[in-house]
Amino acid sequence: MEERRVGVDLKDAKEKAPAMPPPAEKPVVPAAAAPAKPAAAPKPAGPVPEPWNSAIPEDLRNRFGSAIKEANTYLGQNYLLVDRAVVYDVLSILRAEHEFDYCVDITAVHYPKRELQFELVWVLYSFARNERMRVKTQVKDGEPVPSAVSIWPAANWLERECYDMFGITFSGHPDLRRILLPDGWKGFPLRKDYSILQQDQDWVRANLGIESGQ
Amino acid sequence: MTEPSSTSSPLDLGGRTFLDSSELVLNMGPQHPSTHGVLRVILKLDGEKVLGTECVIGYLHRGVEKIAENRTYAMFNPYVDRMDYVASVSNGLGYCLAVEKLLNVEAPPRAQYLRVMMTELNRLTSHMVWLGTHALDLGAMSPLFYTFRDREEALKIFEKYCGARLTTHAFRIGGCIYEAYEGMDQDVVSYCNFLEPKIDEYEQLLTTNRIWVERTRNVGVISGAECIALGVTGPVLRASGVKWDLRKAQPYSSYDKFDFEIPTGRNGDTYDRYLVRIAEMRQSVRIIRQAVAGLPEGPIMAKVPKVLKPPAGEVYVSIEAPKGELGYFVVSDGSTQPYRIRVRPPSFVNLQALDKMVRGQLVADVVAVIGTLDIVLGEVDR
Repeated sequence: MEERRVGVDLKDAKEKAPAMPPPAEKPVVPAAAAPAKPAAAPKPAGPVPEPWNSAIPEDLRNRFGSAIKEANTYLGQNYLLVDRAVVYDVLSILRAEHEFDYCVDITAVHYPKRELQFELVWVLYSFARNERMRVKTQVKDGEPVPSAVSIWPAANWLERECYDMFGITFSGHPDLRRILLPDGWKGFPLRKDYSILQQDQDWVRANLGIESGQ
Repeated sequence: MTEPSSTSSPLDLGGRTFLDSSELVLNMGPQHPSTHGVLRVILKLDGEKVLGTECVIGYLHRGVEKIAENRTYAMFNPYVDRMDYVASVSNGLGYCLAVEKLLNVEAPPRAQYLRVMMTELNRLTSHMVWLGTHALDLGAMSPLFYTFRDREEALKIFEKYCGARLTTHAFRIGGCIYEAYEGMDQDVVSYCNFLEPKIDEYEQLLTTNRIWVERTRNVGVISGAECIALGVTGPVLRASGVKWDLRKAQPYSSYDKFDFEIPTGRNGDTYDRYLVRIAEMRQSVRIIRQAVAGLPEGPIMAKVPKVLKPPAGEVYVSIEAPKGELGYFVVSDGSTQPYRIRVRPPSFVNLQALDKMVRGQLVADVVAVIGTLDIVLGEVDR
């Protein structure tokens, strides 16, 4: 009885309500003042990386040859893909000789189907040149990456987070421990094979005294 | 420990002096009002002097980056508001700019101005939360009431604009979804007129207040070079004398069309950081006035498809959030869901400097330095 009444009320309300609130009045000035830019729809194919021609990749290519696998510009952003063996030297040279004095970020991307599963990314910025670039390298699961803490102290927590989320180890890191997850946690959540609902049930049971943290 | 024999005097401590000066390990937090959330700091002390610290974080970790991989680009947009929840508009702006870059579209000029207006209002509210809580930590209670009272008026504008006060979700990928409501320009200008004397009022309470100056001057000193090495950005970097602001260095969202200055400090101490943030608030008011006066006509949304499928590729886009450089590294595999989103949180990186800033100082200064770093734990832990 009660339910039915509520239902009727709702239905009435729906019928009474206008279909849509009137849209906010848009200014009727034609697009004369506005540039043509907004009209440009994204191209379906998408832009492609272009070669990055500058003194930096040239210098590094002269020193390391084919260990610099790619030096490209994508959407105006420059990046290098280098071999793991030379990544520490590349980063030190960028810091010491090309004034990339600010290590913005260190992160990783997991590509489980590749043989070199993890792609490490260093985002660098130079105050003197007002320029940003990325250095990337690819590593296998379990393969250590040289730590950049001796180049930029900022790398400390960023590398710890990478280890915490992906299980990538950094050789030479002063204190490589989990940072966001608890120390005893098992599994690395940002790997693609870690499901979004997955959690370390044993840890949750032992430490929180509940069956599930979800 | 051996039982003292009954014959020894109570002051005979087996060779040790009566005042044993061994180190003390003190746990601060995670539930402590001065940690501005749930931050645990383990302090190693010699008396009241700090010998070293260790931060234990992650209490608010929600796996935002993992969630992103399981949502579409548009669906993830509201989630970013929950990171730095006192500056949610900035989070949204950074995310929208990153995805727009990946889609290779640009928001129309009107949307860019609206975004600037909202983001700068949000910078004001963020700095007001900082000022109120920071002053409260250091024993000045009144500024909290003043700033929260005045912040409320800005939140009312947010509410009228997009229906929410804190987690605003004000922008969409490609521009803004809401047109400026009727009378928004008057509301915003009268808020500017209202706020300017209020900032003077905060300064009257604190700038020359002897207790405030004693508690903040030469506390938590960090040099510009140390800031850069540790990746510290935002007002903390600027208070150390480095004139660097992404709004000027690499302008986004039409910031190059606005006339404003970058306030800097000299000493890199807590007092200078206070002055820099106060000066920044005045500059924000200046920007907001220009945004209202110069708001162009035209559409507020670029032409973006209903289903967003950015071409495969990756970009890093960052903005000057109230706390520092907030960056988004977005990897697309050409599908409707991001392959990976990495958030470069300013609070997380800035918090790393805590140890450097408090070594050799007193326990009470740790509270001052946590406040002056202006961290938000939702963003540190994500």
